[in-house]
Parts: sequence; structure tokens; C-alpha cells
Amino acid sequence: MSPHISIYRWPITMVLSILHRATGIAMAVGLLVLAAWLLNAAQGPEAYQYFRAAMSGPVGRILLIGWTFAFFLHLGNGVRHLVWDTGRGFEKSHANASAWFVIALAVLLTAAFWAVQL
Amino acid sequence: MAEFRLPPNSRIRKGHHHSVANGSGNVKRFAIYRYDPESGENPRVDTYEVDMSSCGPMVLDALIKIKNEIDPTLTFRRSCREGICGSCAMNIDGGNTLACISAIADVGGDIRIYPLPHLPVVKDLVPDLTNFYAQYASIKPWLQTRTPPPPDRERLQSKEDQELIDEPSACILCACCSTSCPSYWWNSDRYLGPAALLAAYRWLVDSRDEATGERLDYLEDPFRLYRCHTIMNCTQTCPKGLNPARAIAETKKMLAERRH
Repeated sequence: MSPHISIYRWPITMVLSILHRATGIAMAVGLLVLAAWLLNAAQGPEAYQYFRAAMSGPVGRILLIGWTFAFFLHLGNGVRHLVWDTGRGFEKSHANASAWFVIALAVLLTAAFWAVQL
Repeated sequence: MAEFRLPPNSRIRKGHHHSVANGSGNVKRFAIYRYDPESGENPRVDTYEVDMSSCGPMVLDALIKIKNEIDPTLTFRRSCREGICGSCAMNIDGGNTLACISAIADVGGDIRIYPLPHLPVVKDLVPDLTNFYAQYASIKPWLQTRTPPPPDRERLQSKEDQELIDEPSACILCACCSTSCPSYWWNSDRYLGPAALLAAYRWLVDSRDEATGERLDYLEDPFRLYRCHTIMNCTQTCPKGLNPARAIAETKKMLAERRH
């Protein structure tokens, strides 16, 4: 069998396609953390403080920032897919531009979100 | 199913190096996938140095020069050398294209050449396209009618109706698009792939064809059509500048609209 994924040069649209899946899976995992947050909140102030401390450490912060980025990227790319479903945006130049636009938007929104938070 | 690693007998070993004898200094290096089924050995990548002062401008020119002057065992398909037959489709510098219309000067550094991805290899750069052609045949790429033809003339088409099929009928079935598609890599046994779907679309929008319903019935399947996830590799790589991704999206729209 001829080589495939190991030799193929990834166009930006392919990168975004796989990122759409990856961010979707990441957010599914993030839902567990969201559930843990609610559980801890329901158990009272002590458990909640424990959770809070864990998530405000460097590792927790990185994870949370990762999840917000995943959220914004998945959201933006989801809208891109909706536009495609109407038959628009299929020109090569448009598809590449919209890919970069979605990435830039996700970075900006993540930065803005955390700027407001911190 | 997605199988990211190559089967053990397909993993690539280091190959031979052929240096240029007395080059002009203007030397380009080609790293080319080699596989000989009769040797019983794994595939390898050989490198060939080519003196560009005596070589034509296209990648196909270099391949022919290598075969003529350096290594006659190098095997590849080619015919028209002007981008209309589709024979010399291969993976050049990481993208699928036709060797005859890709300029050597457009690739910086060494030029890596592989057969079209994720296909059985017959020899070197010659892949086995049996499944690809069978999928094309499965969409019934011919005019299907129910009504009798007009007695005194052909089935005519307006200029506007003709324009709908202009682009999709320009496909030369080189297989660059289908073999660029990760969905096709993982599911080519059940997913038709962009080339066959573009061909299907060409008959769906043909004003003279009267089998639109049956054609849509055939495509309405989680795998045949809907393994397309709009990755866009097909449209990015098409050497003829066609847009299979849009044709597939339009087909999905036709199916959605049919339900209402």
C-alpha cells in the first residue's frame, strides 16, 4: 500500500477539519470537569474550595484556557460548516481564508475571554 | 477504519543514491518511491541527481530523463504530457498532481515523489486503480432516459443547462482528488470518493437525464456520499482546478430538498 498520511502535505483546511474533531472530543471530556465542578459546588464550600484550588493552579489554568479555545474554535468552524451546507464558500481561496479567519477569531475570543476573567 | 500505520510489508526503507556524473552545477535531487513486487523486498526511496541544464521544465521531463539516462527500471505511467489524459497522476512534494503540468521550479529543495496515496502499488509510481474505476462505473456515468427521443433531432439542451455540466465534465479521472481525501483513505471500500461523486453530480444536473431520483437513491447512504466531511483536500489538489467538494455539497442539498 502506498504511503498516505505520513507523506501528504496538509492544507490548512485539512488541519481545521481534524481540529474540529479534536476540539469536539476535548469539549466532551471538558463536560466531565464541568460536572465535577457542579458536584463539588453541591457538596458544600469545602469541596468547592478544593476544586477551585485545583483549577486555579498552572495545570488547571492551561486546561481551562485550552477548553475555551476549543469552544471558540469549534463554534467558529461549526458556523463555517453551516455556510458550506448552503453551497457557499467552496472556492479554494474562500475556504483557505475562512480557515485562517476561524483560527484568528478563536485566538482573539480566547484572549478576550481570559482578559475579562483575570 | 482508520489505519494510520502502513502494513509491515509497505513500510519504506532507505534506498540507493544515484549521483550525477559530471553535472553543470545546476543539479536537482529527486527522491522517488520504488517498489518491485517481484523482489520480495519492502519499498524504498531512491534519490537521483539530475543535471537541470539538460532537462525539460516539468517533473515528468525529469522522470523520463531518469528512466532514459540513469535507471531504466523506474516505472511510471504517462501519455499525453499536457494534462489531459491523467496518466501521470502522482504525489509530488506532498500534494497529488500531474507530473506533466507541475514545474520543477515550483518546488524548493529536493522533490519527493510517491505514488497516489493509500492505494495498492503495482510497481514504483504505478498504483492499482481497479476500485476507483469500479466506483466510477457504479454511479452509471451515462445518460439515462425514460421518454422516447424526439424523432427529428437529438435531445437538445439550453446554453444555461449546458453550463451546469461544463465544469464537472472536465474531470479527467486522474484520481488525484479521491486519493488526497482522508475519508477515502480510511473508507474507500464504502465511500465513493470525490471523483465518483463529482461524476454523479454531473449526471444529476444534466437537464436531459431522467434518472435523477434513482441516482439520488443510490447516493443517499451514510458511507457512499456522507463520508465527505468537507476536508477540502479534493478541491485543493485537483490539477484541473475543478471543485468536487462543492459538487458534493450541492448533492447533499439536493437530497435535503427532496425530503420537503
